[in-house]
Amino acid sequence: MSRNRAIKLLPWIVTPSLIVLIVVAWQVIVTAFNVNPFIFPPPGEVWEAFVSLLTNERAWAATLTTVTEIITGFLIAMVVGVVVGVVLGKLQWLEVSLRPLIVISQVAPKVAFVPLFVIWFGFGLTSKVVLSALLAFFPIMLNVLLGVRSVEQGHREVMTSLNATRRQRFTQLEMRSLLPYLFAGMEVAIVLATIGAIVGEYLGGNNGLGNMVVAAMNSLDAAMTFALILWLSIIGLVLYLIVNELKRFFIPWHESVYGLRNTSA
Amino acid sequence: MPTMTTHDTSARVAPSNAPAPEVPRLHITDLGRDFTTRAGVTHAVSGIDLDIRVGEFVALIGRSGCGKTTLLRMIGGLLSPTTGTIEVDGRSLWRGAQVDPTAVTKLGFVFQESNLFPWFSVLDNIALPMKLRGVGKAERRARAADLAALVGLTGFEKSYPRELSGGMRQRAAIARALSTEPELLLMDEPFGALDALTRERMNLELQRIVLETNSTVVFVTHDIPEAVFLADRVVHMTPRPGRIRQILPAEFEKPRSVDLQTTVEFNEIVRKLRHDIDEEE
Ligand SMILES: Nc1ncnc2c1ncn2[C@@H]1O[C@H](COP(=O)(O)OP(=O)(O)OP(=O)(O)O)[C@@H](O)[C@H]1O
Ligand SMILES: [Mg+2]
Repeated sequence: MSRNRAIKLLPWIVTPSLIVLIVVAWQVIVTAFNVNPFIFPPPGEVWEAFVSLLTNERAWAATLTTVTEIITGFLIAMVVGVVVGVVLGKLQWLEVSLRPLIVISQVAPKVAFVPLFVIWFGFGLTSKVVLSALLAFFPIMLNVLLGVRSVEQGHREVMTSLNATRRQRFTQLEMRSLLPYLFAGMEVAIVLATIGAIVGEYLGGNNGLGNMVVAAMNSLDAAMTFALILWLSIIGLVLYLIVNELKRFFIPWHESVYGLRNTSA
Repeated sequence: MPTMTTHDTSARVAPSNAPAPEVPRLHITDLGRDFTTRAGVTHAVSGIDLDIRVGEFVALIGRSGCGKTTLLRMIGGLLSPTTGTIEVDGRSLWRGAQVDPTAVTKLGFVFQESNLFPWFSVLDNIALPMKLRGVGKAERRARAADLAALVGLTGFEKSYPRELSGGMRQRAAIARALSTEPELLLMDEPFGALDALTRERMNLELQRIVLETNSTVVFVTHDIPEAVFLADRVVHMTPRPGRIRQILPAEFEKPRSVDLQTTVEFNEIVRKLRHDIDEEE
């Protein structure tokens, strides 16, 4: 009981302590070795840059742009990924015949397509959204495909013995046993969607936080670069936590959620 | 006491809406099922003839692999027969490999694993069959609560299946199967995974529920005393091919108490079955 509580409290103690430790070590190293702040700025300077970033209207506009790209790409990946995953999961012959193509497109370095996307979709939002969606698509599609195939035989037989219609099978059984797989895919996908949007901004256009990172680097503003990386990490964390919270809401019965609440280890 | 439909349990007659008494609930003729595998053809079940009366409790017993599950799955509309026919209340269950949906609605199946849906609460699991039949939410919830009470799960309606013990899950599965008031309840080793004491308690509860609902039951088990305790007739099957070797009546008054298991008559039947099953090799 008390051991349980201790285990749950552990990350709340360890994480802040580690962060403090890292910041202190950072400061010590920078001072001790007299590192050039252009190469590796001390934590204080990064913090100042971070504060100035958060009080800068342009930064907020860039944040809105980037977040819009991420969410749009993620939602497109969700819709397409679920549809393709369900169809391929249901039609085994189609999945088997497309499998080589899927594997190839999955291992292909999609970031390399950015120049093409810029040619096709321009320097605006679209090319970033496309890259973001493309990266997020695969984990969702593959997990959904796996989920469709993983419905328990015993559960299917329950539905058969109850004379369930196809529609009822889908809404009461298949869709629901699919959800944990979908959320597992979504947790990976939201991270990849974030990467997609930022890399897209690195390589083309003049909008968004990725573009600000490039601009800060070009003006040799290492502190601002660090501050932007910090800000992007926070955005990524918040998006991940939103997906995680959705998961807790939609599948409270699943091990991945339920087990956390009731660890008996 | 639950407020379910309570029939007069002493009467062995069919309820008024059932067909004439001379039509058996279940009429099986020359039933057989083969499986073709890499190793060749298995005659899992072959030449089964069996009639089961309305309100009768029949236990299927026999060595592992003698075709009990295969037989039950065919009766349950889950597996099509290779030969022979199954009639439920005089209506043919199988048309080739197609199952007649109206005949299936009369059946309730309790699987070896409870097969509850982990995303539904106990109450929603019990109510699922009614949901599929379009019973309104308020009504099915009320009836599911009554069924939960019938199987002794009051207070656990909102729990997820994972929060229940194995025996409680099995009881929830029985309640789910009962929720459509099936005319024929099919149970495949429902208590196989339980310890002896829980199993004994479940047997008593099952007997009470079956008497209260006047259900007809086909019950698969490995446990000889369990079969004799619950059943009106014990069907003893032998493997390869799965056939009926003998049918032993166990005509003891119901409801039966655990004391029955110490009587000479009871043990006579148990001993005979044990001996006969033992001598096959
Ligand atoms: N799907 C299947 N494919 C191939 N053979 C099968 C299949 N199902 C059952 N069999 C074979 O049919 C025979 C009877 O199996 P069944 O499951 O009906 O036995 P059982 O009496 O229920 O055994 P147990 O008591 O162990 O559950 C076995 O020899 C088994 O190998
Ligand atoms: Mg079996």
